[in-house]
Amino acid sequence: MATESETELNCEDWDQILEPNSAVFSLRLGEVWTYRDLLYLFTYRDIVSFYKQTILGPLWFFIQPIFTTLVYVLVFGTIAKLSSDGLPQVLFYMSGVVLWNYFSECFNKTATVFRDNASLFGKVYFPRLLIPLSIVTSNLIRFAIQFGLFLAMLAYYVAGGVVTPNRWALLLPLSVLVMATLGLAFGMSFSALTTKYRDLIFLLQFGVQLLMYATPVIYPASQIPPGIAAVLAWNPLAPLFELTRLGFLGTGTVSVGGVAYSVIFAAVAFLVSTVIFNRVERTFMDSV
Amino acid sequence: MSVAIRFESVSKRYRLGQVGTGTLSHDLQRLAARLLGKPDPFATVGTINDREQPAGVSQARSADASTGKRGAVKKRRDDYVWALKDIDFDVPMGEILGIVGRNGAGKSTLLKLLSKITAPTAGRIKTKGRVASLLEVGTGFQPELTGRENIFLNGALLGMRRHEIKQRLDQIIDFSGCAKYIDTPVKRYSSGMTVRLGFAVAAHLDCEILVVDEVLAVGDAEFQNRCIGRMREVSADQGKTVLFVSHNMGSVQSLCRQGVLLDRGQVVGIAPIADTIRDYFELNAGAQTGSHWQSTDQTNAAFAIERVSVTSPGRPSFAATDPSDVISPDAAFEVTIQYTIGKPLPPMRVGFLIVSGEGPVVVEAYDSDSPDNRGPRSPGCYRSTCRIPGRLLSPGWYYLTINAGIPHVENLFNRTALVKFRIHESELEETQRTKRSGVLQPCFQWETKPS
Repeated sequence: MATESETELNCEDWDQILEPNSAVFSLRLGEVWTYRDLLYLFTYRDIVSFYKQTILGPLWFFIQPIFTTLVYVLVFGTIAKLSSDGLPQVLFYMSGVVLWNYFSECFNKTATVFRDNASLFGKVYFPRLLIPLSIVTSNLIRFAIQFGLFLAMLAYYVAGGVVTPNRWALLLPLSVLVMATLGLAFGMSFSALTTKYRDLIFLLQFGVQLLMYATPVIYPASQIPPGIAAVLAWNPLAPLFELTRLGFLGTGTVSVGGVAYSVIFAAVAFLVSTVIFNRVERTFMDSV
Repeated sequence: MSVAIRFESVSKRYRLGQVGTGTLSHDLQRLAARLLGKPDPFATVGTINDREQPAGVSQARSADASTGKRGAVKKRRDDYVWALKDIDFDVPMGEILGIVGRNGAGKSTLLKLLSKITAPTAGRIKTKGRVASLLEVGTGFQPELTGRENIFLNGALLGMRRHEIKQRLDQIIDFSGCAKYIDTPVKRYSSGMTVRLGFAVAAHLDCEILVVDEVLAVGDAEFQNRCIGRMREVSADQGKTVLFVSHNMGSVQSLCRQGVLLDRGQVVGIAPIADTIRDYFELNAGAQTGSHWQSTDQTNAAFAIERVSVTSPGRPSFAATDPSDVISPDAAFEVTIQYTIGKPLPPMRVGFLIVSGEGPVVVEAYDSDSPDNRGPRSPGCYRSTCRIPGRLLSPGWYYLTINAGIPHVENLFNRTALVKFRIHESELEETQRTKRSGVLQPCFQWETKPS
């Protein structure tokens, strides 16, 4: 009898119980908070290992957007003669490239999280959500550097009186936050699904590329014919690109409803994908 | 004493074979079953984990008749295997528990469940206090970062806060013995140094339960001893509970008090560590182990061991008559290995390891130790006999591991615990009969006189 009551007493104060299935809706963000130092260290690791042992070092952060912009100016601007809403082509394409890079990097890197980190995940437990979060933050630093490049270009044109930024530019943090959330949400859903269905990796590779053409990166939203605009209206990324261009370059097709839709879409997608992600992380080691 | 970890009928099922194909159809079947209110068609099936069993063949399955009607579900039942089945035991607080078992017995799966790397298929694991697990040394080390930065990264991975690591940084660096290279990128480290640094971080973790998988195998002897010392220290001084998995029975023996023997995903027994290790050797050897071994294979291979025996000259046939017979501690005994060579071989060697029933290897010996046996071998039958003097081993059970090979080229034969024998204490002189520590008990020359 004594042992039985002791057992019951013990049951009260277990710190942790591991069971086959956890609650469906648990974001476990508290756990992420206790591991916040790890988030910092992962971000630091990603940034440093990106340019360590390369000859040009951090310069690589600039080379990629500069060359992409030049090629876009040449191909889409000069050869295909696409409209840039009357804006200087360099500014128009660079704003698109820098923003798109951020989103696609977040998406692509997050989508292969389980595959890329299988050896790490197989040896130690920490909230798996930290890796996607560190991808988003380390890319945010790259984005800040590249956006700085854009601002330098902008300053040149502003001095020349070609474009005038306005107060909508202050909404940039909102655009970036929503874009990061979308990249994270898409990436996490994909990463969770690819652990089970490998085929999705192929879909991802050209899917991201196709998504770029559905987003006003190389063309302004004002040039989309009305019939097609209705088809592309689902894309939550479009209002963010147009909002940024409106703020910094003074031209853009933005509606309050469009931006609100993006924000709500991102919030819902984030919640859903986090739930999926947390469910998969518990047993994905058995299937990779 | 209160319980630190409780396993409640914990089971873990894995898929076998080509994982990743056909999961969509399985998922659809599951979904259909759920919608129809039927049980999960894949939940009850699965065979006992036995890696020696041929793929696709299963043992008796009572589930056959009931699920056989459903054509689609019937096939490929053996795709699932229970890596762990109904594990039920408690680990008291402050215990140092050794988990032993053969490859594939489920040791690592058990630790993975406990470390939250994967979730159990059924059952519950309850723990009290922070669990820190060390399944690999230096997990997540980033080669481009310096030793110091990696201490922080690794510590954070194991659940430490930055200020906690900062507090112990000096201790960690000191323990690792890498102070000189602490600001050098880890990619320049030798593998031994990486392991030292990794264990140093883990050794200073703030936790109540420490889970350690086979991680010490890579370090040198001095470092292994230091690690074992450290684990004993954290258990004794801070009352931490330690779970330790290793194939090195020597370190299990020296570290643990209690042992759990796992086999085919099930707990065979929980007992004081010496008994667990003995059971482990018995299990490895198979039931027929005696003081001689006769090959049952009819092979025409290049090399085949036919017979191994341990005999004491005074009683040449003791093995055959009485399997429980023993060797007197005073008597010399012979290990004889009979083998055939089917084709000419370059210089090779045949020999054995004597492993104490309590864990450590006592001695390793080969016929090529004698200069006469170092030439190339022509085909034929051979008999290699090694004479081991009396008054060498202390009383107890011993196992012979037989090993043959061409050094640095090819391993021809290697079987652990093929033969066992026992040195019996009953014939020792009365004054020496108390159990002494150590695997050797030779009779040295002593001189004591008044001075």
